[in-house]
Amino acid sequence: MATYYSEEHEWLDVDGDTATLGITKHAAEQLGDVVFVEQQEVGDEFEKDGEIGVIESVKAASELYAPVDGEITEVNEALADNPGALNEDPEGEAWIYKIKIADASQLEDLMDEAGYKAFIG
Amino acid sequence: MTLPRRTPLYDLHVELGGKMVDFAGWEMPVQYSLGIMGEHSQCRERAAVFDVSHMGQVILRGENVGEKLEALCPQAFATLKEGKARYGFFTNEDGGIMDDLIVSNAGDHYFVVVNAALRHQDIPHMQANLDGVEVIEIFDRALVAVQGPKAEDVVGDLCPAARDLKFMETTVADINGVECRISRLGYTGEDGYEISIPEDKAIEVTRAFLAHEDCEAAGLGARDSLRLEAGLCLYGNDIDQSTSPIEASLAWAIQKRRKEEGGFPGAARIQKELAEGPARKLVGIKPTGRAPARQGVEIQCAEGNSIGQITSGGFGPTVGGPVAMGYVAAGHGAPGEVVNLIIRGKPQPAEVVALPFVTQNYKR
Repeated sequence: MATYYSEEHEWLDVDGDTATLGITKHAAEQLGDVVFVEQQEVGDEFEKDGEIGVIESVKAASELYAPVDGEITEVNEALADNPGALNEDPEGEAWIYKIKIADASQLEDLMDEAGYKAFIG
Repeated sequence: MTLPRRTPLYDLHVELGGKMVDFAGWEMPVQYSLGIMGEHSQCRERAAVFDVSHMGQVILRGENVGEKLEALCPQAFATLKEGKARYGFFTNEDGGIMDDLIVSNAGDHYFVVVNAALRHQDIPHMQANLDGVEVIEIFDRALVAVQGPKAEDVVGDLCPAARDLKFMETTVADINGVECRISRLGYTGEDGYEISIPEDKAIEVTRAFLAHEDCEAAGLGARDSLRLEAGLCLYGNDIDQSTSPIEASLAWAIQKRRKEEGGFPGAARIQKELAEGPARKLVGIKPTGRAPARQGVEIQCAEGNSIGQITSGGFGPTVGGPVAMGYVAAGHGAPGEVVNLIIRGKPQPAEVVALPFVTQNYKR
């Protein structure tokens, strides 16, 4: 397993051609208290940089962008009732989707943990 | 390039971990370490202190100031008694709202507080139209709001005179040996005070409030969610040059004599709307689901026709769900009416509700 990070502040825990996707701690801190998560459905296909959901904090709505092409295989339903979990454990319990990656070569465009840390300064 | 201005409390904000943002040309804390939700609850349950020094504080001196203000505002300021404060607004010739304000009769002068973003409009407006009145913008005083059910203890422990004030009353008294103007009012729906403090003592006095175990600092984020739940209009969102006070459900803020006599800018439209009803009306909107409806979201009636727009909306921490206000066309807007809000292209059900969303807890 390897973890990748996008410039849109998502993390992607990759295992073969499947992955778990969420937002980073840094993103959660910047968003502030999360009050609503709009998720897509299992089976929805998406393209890299396409919008795959919306996270609303007390401050504003922020779109969630796909870091790679793929398909949603599982949705973390718990976030609907407890969006605040995204502030508590964004890189663990509060994952957003499990996905099937369509084109693994796109992972090369993403950052590793050290790269992401440098990116957010 | 114009750099944002800093209030006399800037260093304290930074020390307290305030997340500073540019607001109306001022560098202000949007939140501190408690976060917007925590600061909101702090204010509803205990007490919170807000820096509102970006707002314009103005002194009006001269003969018959209250009477002269009546030429610019539909409020009965001529009969405002000494020691009393009143909410009002400047109207334009078309009956729209130029700005909202608080006017206090301070005895030998009138004390006026206007919105930060409109200081540059309001001050020349008063200078040009209040004949024989000296209009003095105050630059050397901070304005600090202490709000919440424990506000009376936070301020009253330092200044017993504050306990004797009722809602919308104002006085001058010492806090920690510093002469302050203390007014019992605010913008949160809770009991509390707005306190004008000389700038060189502002941090010292604010620290004295924060030393109370029930008091924490809160930022502009919580201020906005608190006022929204309390059903209080925000200039630029819910009211502007095009909205009349009657459309904005602010008829309560126009006293009977002024409704009858007129004699203020835009009286023709305002009196007509009082008699016949306005073309649209500001109402409370409660989304049924969890998605917040923000400013600009379209409101449709059950049949699918567009009937208006959300002007303020977000998450209400005390309500525990999304809350909003918006304008709906005449014939709509009765409490209980089911509407749809078009959020990101999809209709989301909502209901018209009576404002405010939370009970206002004023000391009358």
